Amino acid sequence: IDDFCAYPEDVPSNLPVFTMDYPRIQIPFEITLWMLLASFAKIGFHVYHKITIWVPESCLFISIGLIVGAIMHSVHEEPPAALSSNVFFLYMLPPIVLDSGYFLPIRSFFENVGTVLWFAVVGTLWNSIGIGMSLFAICHIEAFGVQDINLQENLLFAAIISAVDPVAVLNVFEDISVNEQLYIVVFGECLFSDAVTVVLYNMFSFVAEMEVVEPEDVFLGVARFFVVGLGGMGFGVLFGFVAAFTTRFTSRVREIEPLFIFMFSYLAYLVAELFAISSIMAIVCCALTMKYYVEENVSQRSCTTIRHVVKMLGSISETLIFFFLGVVTITTDHEWNWGYILFTLLFTFLWRGLGVLVLTQIINPFRTIPFNMKDQFGLAYGGLRGAISFALAFTLPDSIGRKQLFVTATIAVILFTVFLQGISIRPLTEFINVRRTNRDIESINVEIHSRLMEHTMAGVEDLCGQWSHFYWKDKFMKFNNRVLRRVLIRDSRAESSIVALYKKLELQNAMEILDTVSGDISAAAPSLVSLEQEKKESAKPKKTFMAQDLKNMHNLLSKNMYKIRQRTVAFTSKYALPNDNQPREILIRRHASIRRSLRPGSFQSTIPNSQKYFSLPTGQSLGSKYPSARRNDHETMSEVAYPTRRSRFSQPKRSSSGAMMPLHRLGTLKEVPSTDFLNESQGESFGKVHSKPRTGSSHSDSRFPAHRRHFDPPVDNNNGSADDVRNEDEAEEEQQRQHRGALRPPPSWAAEPRDDTPRNPLLRQPQWNPKK
Amino acid sequence: MGSSRSSLRRVPDGQQLLQETGCEPERWFCLGLRSEDLEAELSENPIGDRIVGAFFQPGQETVDFPSFVRVLAHFRPTEKNRTRDGVQPEPANSRNRKLKFAFQLYDQDRDGKISRTELLQVLREMLGLQVTEEQLQSIAERAIQEADLDRDDAICFDKFRKSLEKVDIDHKMSVRFLE
Repeated sequence: IDDFCAYPEDVPSNLPVFTMDYPRIQIPFEITLWMLLASFAKIGFHVYHKITIWVPESCLFISIGLIVGAIMHSVHEEPPAALSSNVFFLYMLPPIVLDSGYFLPIRSFFENVGTVLWFAVVGTLWNSIGIGMSLFAICHIEAFGVQDINLQENLLFAAIISAVDPVAVLNVFEDISVNEQLYIVVFGECLFSDAVTVVLYNMFSFVAEMEVVEPEDVFLGVARFFVVGLGGMGFGVLFGFVAAFTTRFTSRVREIEPLFIFMFSYLAYLVAELFAISSIMAIVCCALTMKYYVEENVSQRSCTTIRHVVKMLGSISETLIFFFLGVVTITTDHEWNWGYILFTLLFTFLWRGLGVLVLTQIINPFRTIPFNMKDQFGLAYGGLRGAISFALAFTLPDSIGRKQLFVTATIAVILFTVFLQGISIRPLTEFINVRRTNRDIESINVEIHSRLMEHTMAGVEDLCGQWSHFYWKDKFMKFNNRVLRRVLIRDSRAESSIVALYKKLELQNAMEILDTVSGDISAAAPSLVSLEQEKKESAKPKKTFMAQDLKNMHNLLSKNMYKIRQRTVAFTSKYALPNDNQPREILIRRHASIRRSLRPGSFQSTIPNSQKYFSLPTGQSLGSKYPSARRNDHETMSEVAYPTRRSRFSQPKRSSSGAMMPLHRLGTLKEVPSTDFLNESQGESFGKVHSKPRTGSSHSDSRFPAHRRHFDPPVDNNNGSADDVRNEDEAEEEQQRQHRGALRPPPSWAAEPRDDTPRNPLLRQPQWNPKK
Repeated sequence: MGSSRSSLRRVPDGQQLLQETGCEPERWFCLGLRSEDLEAELSENPIGDRIVGAFFQPGQETVDFPSFVRVLAHFRPTEKNRTRDGVQPEPANSRNRKLKFAFQLYDQDRDGKISRTELLQVLREMLGLQVTEEQLQSIAERAIQEADLDRDDAICFDKFRKSLEKVDIDHKMSVRFLE
């Protein structure tokens, strides 16, 4: 304190060289530390990834939390008072829900929306009321000593623990490719039961504080339920549209595009909280509505950023919650009551099982694919409890006498279900052999025929006057195309999913060629040529077709790679990001070798189509590298129908999925002997050259509509700044620099010239090779 | 279902229809009346005229009730555990028949193959104004190359079926009515 004295006679001893002011930074510091700790734990688990196969992540986090809690308890530290109601509901829950909502498989969700809502709403109600009633019955037994808990409080508690949170279950289901229907019902139920539970909780806690419950209150409760649910949806959709509309105009401010997504969703959440309507529904609906339009409007990099950040936030929130669960378990004062808690566990299981059984019986006749017994088992067993229950228990009003008991019971149920069911669900579902899904091999045929069938079904349904989801989807698609897309999307050319798939497949083939041809293409050229001979026995003018096809492919690739990437890497894995960079990686990697071995003319006869003859989906190695988005959707809505099979343990290696630039024809730069340079050049050179501001991209986009689909080269994480889009001028500059023989050659590729001469898409300039 | 027998008598070929389609004919009555309304809706459907055409037997100008019923029977959900002895004809809603129906939507001239032109026509109808002609050509080309192994530039039914073997046809081509 002397340091701060201003009295001249009280001269401070010396200028303090080293001071410490902990209280000032305490809060952010501790938050950061906790997050880091949780993330380290996450890294640690994945080091030995076999653990995560058998033990779900949530268990691991809770265990770590338990350990840390034990440590803290032994040194008599208090856990951070982080788990107040506000912190949880305003900061920790939204990212998780946004994550779930953003990656919801829209198509299969809407096909099953009835079932999902049925299970979520009616199932949760069933569970709450059932458990509440039975617990109330138990309370009358004197031996347990809990007679003071009245019906309202029991119902409140029951509402808390009927929120399902099948985090671990979804993980397992994805890994074993369980059938799509089951997956989506579990996923959707999780999402919406959270909403329902929160509503019920609010209702019951209000009721619990009332002295007398009138019959009219029951009706009011039901009415309120609808207001809350539908209001939430309405707000969400509204904000979603506003966000989509906003992104229509953000082409000049690409850097902050992701911000809009997050701000609008969060705003939807908060506004819903303001009116005490279901904020979870709001944010989910916002994400659903917004995603489709926004992803068409924003740049590719923004799109990736958004996805990545959504995932990151959701992941860290989840981690933290489970972590705190572990910590708090140790450090709270518990009130244990054997009877109550054991019966709670029992009833939880019982009512869940019964509920699934009864509800399935009722809903099965309405489903095209009914649930069989194994599905029902998966559904029932997959009802773990988790974060929401935990948070709700903690935010119980203190006026409830037995709050500690409830908290203890909740934690017990969560721990029990997460550990026991979470660990055993995998062996069990594999053992009983739940119906799996087939990941379709992507093929144009499937897409075309599926589309035909959908049209047929829509037509037949018209005939019969039976309107099921084909009809509604058709109608919605038309409305979408005519109205919504025009308003909300900047460049609203509708693109059929067939065409998008075709382009994507062509692109894949191009890259497959580059990848399978290792080293010397000229050596491979004969084999390609011979294959062509083999194939072309008919007298059709196939030769011209080849050039034509190449031209098409090139045009399509150059015009449409942007679209391809955006639309066909939609995916729904809950636990990993899309890895859509490998094709591009392959392409880049092969540039050098192609460059070297290309001679004018000899490669012109390469036939991508014949190449694909032996490299197409016959289970060849590359197939596994591509996100196998299943596309059997209508014209413009192209969501993956099922989460792609993705190992959780493969992180996206090159995560900046920048767009790829259409590249110069090789001819123009052949004189540049920069291949070898490029092979060895480092990332820094690349970064140095890319000094153009990012506005370059927006300029290009507006200036060159058709051909100017600029892409950033995907780069290694180490390289940072290497993914700017350049325009033609800069490319010329660099060419000249190259000619001058710069020691650090810039990557010798440039924006595509404007003339439309057919270029062999395979004759791409090499890009410097990112380190693997 | 006590009236079923009397209704069977009322419907021409009622017994045979029941056997073929596996459904009580009285349920079909309400559908028959709706065929007048189909004009308006189906005109918007890109392959509407193909669908309508599928109801007509080749060469016929009119469709009578049994034919209508027979065609619609394709769209019942497949029953999994139906015991079939060899004598019974294949039920109308089996996967094979559904696929055949879809195949025939392409194959208007009924030569058993989807030729390139037929495929192009269908693609043109479905994709319409969204794509250029050259894109259509490329797509059709690719589709044929994917499916065509005997290099006659057409897709035969077997190939068609094979390319869709992983697709859940039952889900895609069923309407839950008439249960």
